[in-house]
Amino acid sequence: MTQQATPVEARSMGTHLDRADGREKVTGHARYAMEHGADDGVEAPLTAWLVQSTIARGRVVRVDPAAALAHPGVVSVLDHESAPRLADTEDRELAILQDDRVGLRGQIVAVVLAETPEAAREGARLVHVAYDEEPHRASLEGAETYAPESVNAGHETDWADGDVAAAFAGAAVVVDQRYSTPHEHNSPMEPHAATALWDGERLTLWDSTQAVHAVAKTFAPMLGLEAAQITVRAPYVGGGFGSKGLPHAPEMAAALAALSVPGRPVKLAVTRQQMFALTGYRTETVSHVRLAAEPDGRLLGIEQHAVSQTSAIKEFTEQTATAARMMYAAPARATTHRVAALDVAVPSWMRAPGEMPGMFAQEVAMDELAFACEVDPIELRVRNEPDADPETGNPWNNRRLVECLERGAERFGWAGRPSAPGTVQDGDWWVGTGVAAATYPTLWMPGNTARVESLGGGRYAVSIGAVDIGTGARTVLVQIAADALGVDPAAVDLHIGDTDQPAATVAGGSAGTGSWGTAIVQTVQQLRADHGEHPDAGVASTATAEAYPDMDRYALHSFGAVFAEVRIHRWTGELRAPRLLGVYSSGRVVNPMTARSQFYGGLVMGLSGALFEESVRDPRFGHVVTQDLATYHVASHADVHGIEVEWLADDTDTLATPFGGRGIGEIGIVGTAAAVANAAWHATGIRVRDLPVTADRFVR
Amino acid sequence: MDTSITLTVDGSEHTLDVDTRTTLLDALRERIGATAPKKGCDHGQCGSCTVLLEGRRHLTCLALAVAHDGDEIVTAAGLTGSAADPASRGEDALHPVQQAFLDHDGYQCGYCTPGQICSAVGVLDEAKQGHPSHVTDDLEVGGDVELTDEEIRERMSGNLCRCGAYVGILDAVRQAAGQTPGRGVDPARHTHDHETEGAR
Repeated sequence: MTQQATPVEARSMGTHLDRADGREKVTGHARYAMEHGADDGVEAPLTAWLVQSTIARGRVVRVDPAAALAHPGVVSVLDHESAPRLADTEDRELAILQDDRVGLRGQIVAVVLAETPEAAREGARLVHVAYDEEPHRASLEGAETYAPESVNAGHETDWADGDVAAAFAGAAVVVDQRYSTPHEHNSPMEPHAATALWDGERLTLWDSTQAVHAVAKTFAPMLGLEAAQITVRAPYVGGGFGSKGLPHAPEMAAALAALSVPGRPVKLAVTRQQMFALTGYRTETVSHVRLAAEPDGRLLGIEQHAVSQTSAIKEFTEQTATAARMMYAAPARATTHRVAALDVAVPSWMRAPGEMPGMFAQEVAMDELAFACEVDPIELRVRNEPDADPETGNPWNNRRLVECLERGAERFGWAGRPSAPGTVQDGDWWVGTGVAAATYPTLWMPGNTARVESLGGGRYAVSIGAVDIGTGARTVLVQIAADALGVDPAAVDLHIGDTDQPAATVAGGSAGTGSWGTAIVQTVQQLRADHGEHPDAGVASTATAEAYPDMDRYALHSFGAVFAEVRIHRWTGELRAPRLLGVYSSGRVVNPMTARSQFYGGLVMGLSGALFEESVRDPRFGHVVTQDLATYHVASHADVHGIEVEWLADDTDTLATPFGGRGIGEIGIVGTAAAVANAAWHATGIRVRDLPVTADRFVR
Repeated sequence: MDTSITLTVDGSEHTLDVDTRTTLLDALRERIGATAPKKGCDHGQCGSCTVLLEGRRHLTCLALAVAHDGDEIVTAAGLTGSAADPASRGEDALHPVQQAFLDHDGYQCGYCTPGQICSAVGVLDEAKQGHPSHVTDDLEVGGDVELTDEEIRERMSGNLCRCGAYVGILDAVRQAAGQTPGRGVDPARHTHDHETEGAR
């Protein structure tokens, strides 16, 4: 029985350490999923190309591969009759090519294998598929909704407290509005991809994934294999932001293709266009928010009723209203989630599912309440600070929202801001400022095991099947291990990104560093307990992280405050954001450089969502028509101006993890769009409640 | 239909038969094994595949390999002295732009990075040669356009970074252009601790 880890003294933690993989990245030597060659065991690979359904719902009547097979270089065409059989087909997103049903436009209905990428692509074009089409539903508007059993991350579908009706009946001030966030796609720069090799005994996947062990664990029973027969390697992953957190259908296509050609590697890259149907997305959300308050802004009641969509073939419900359960004090509140099952692609995780859309609605509503009550937006939030977590009743651990707001106000120059909108003009530009709060729960995932081996001479090897998708995990885990061991970071060899290493959970939920780091610290302490301070070379310990018992007795969340200045052109409505500031409390920052980049990245994606991102689905056909980076706009260099980030000092949280850090990957996107929309209102007096905040809203 | 072409990639000459449908990007990645240029969109929308083609930055996904017979290509790997030997994993001296990206953490996942770096090398040269951009006031300036922040952002906007490393990239290009870096990572970073990083 291993002991719970004890807190680690910081030596390397909190100081700069160069990224362990920086040199490989800037020289282009880092190898991503499609880049493994003969020295990795990938010799003479075939290329697989996906054929997607052109109907949203119905049956495949016939797949005619004749023209494709006649094309030089095409080796085979797998369809629902010829593809290898799966042992378990319950997951209809992943169980591709097993039957004739079509549940979404863009579903994989065939896979072409060819000697070259050119032949594979042309072969896919030549596969003729005949369908029996059935009517489909692809629009949330007017769709029938239901209450799911639970929502993402296991949260309760509905949660209420106190007498909401009475709170609103007696309230002096009520805000009652609908807010919406659009359908968005994660769009990491590296398209989803996998190279697969089945040698007759073992399946090896070089995968672009945030969770190597989860891929093996999910695929093994489906493929009728033992988990030990699947090796998943992800040394480098070109971003994910949630879309690579769970395996998706293309990885299964690569696995099935490999099974069909034993001994021959198969490379499958999802095209940018295909990603808009096959690799997850953030569903559109509509929130009905009601706030009841005293004349001084003190909340009497909070309601958020969120509606989103899922896919009829697999349920995923965005937990949009969960932040409203804990963010502010109120004697009465009601939160609900309803979802419509449509004949569309399967939604999934996208950076801060729940908090990002939910806090957009809440934080714009709070801004509306501040103006209605004639209270400064920061003061309004201070007045509604809860003494304990309203949802659980647990005491807060390290809730420092007010400090974030106050420090941000000071740095941003908030004092003296005119409370009325539309009062500041600079030439042809309206100028405004806005603020929003941010929060993200401290998640801790069970199921993390590390192995620490003494290499002699004071050097150690640390192994855990974690993945660095750009977060800096490969660097910060070295710092955590070094401090736990009491050695220099240069004395630690870290091994991650491979199922050959001990079990680890996903690089997601802002829980990677916390969960993996806890396992590493605990294993180091196990090694010390087993073998002392100077273990012989070759001596090793393995331990599985234990949950901190206090995590259930306290409310653990990170907090932040986002400030935005926007300029809106009075004639064209063009919106520019010259200044964006985020101030955060997220526990100990292990590496200031990689942490700052994480926060910047969250703020940039938040700004991108505020101004540009919107996937447009054509309900007549059921697919996203803005399926590339020319029509699905994300922030570019020219869109990003003065972004600043800061974190509170002395923010060590050893209740969350033995190294004192909480997660930082997601909180940067939370509240950012609300701060921009609130600033846009302050500039113009026009309240935008539906993202993105586009120019047409401001043209009068 | 196959055609024989010769490409010089990072200093090495390669003669290969390519399917005439093969893009320059696929010739590099799938045939020659030069995987520093990345495939992010395959449609000229993201910049990840940027290389220096005959000395100018170029999107290789929008070029057909057969159209570039005899051309010289430098990828991000070729900016160091190590290109001919990938086994060296870039142990040789870094190009100043590569070093600047490291100094200012101008990347996270690294996938857009080789393209950003090739693009930045191209930007520095274009500015020296007096090429104007959309935000250049004086189109007749002739030589040496001053690389203001606005110029750098504009000229780098063909290279998307979904990790949002734009602040660090701007600082890196400023450093490489010989200007003082602004925010972001202080070059004296090794002395950083939480006292100087945190508030108050």
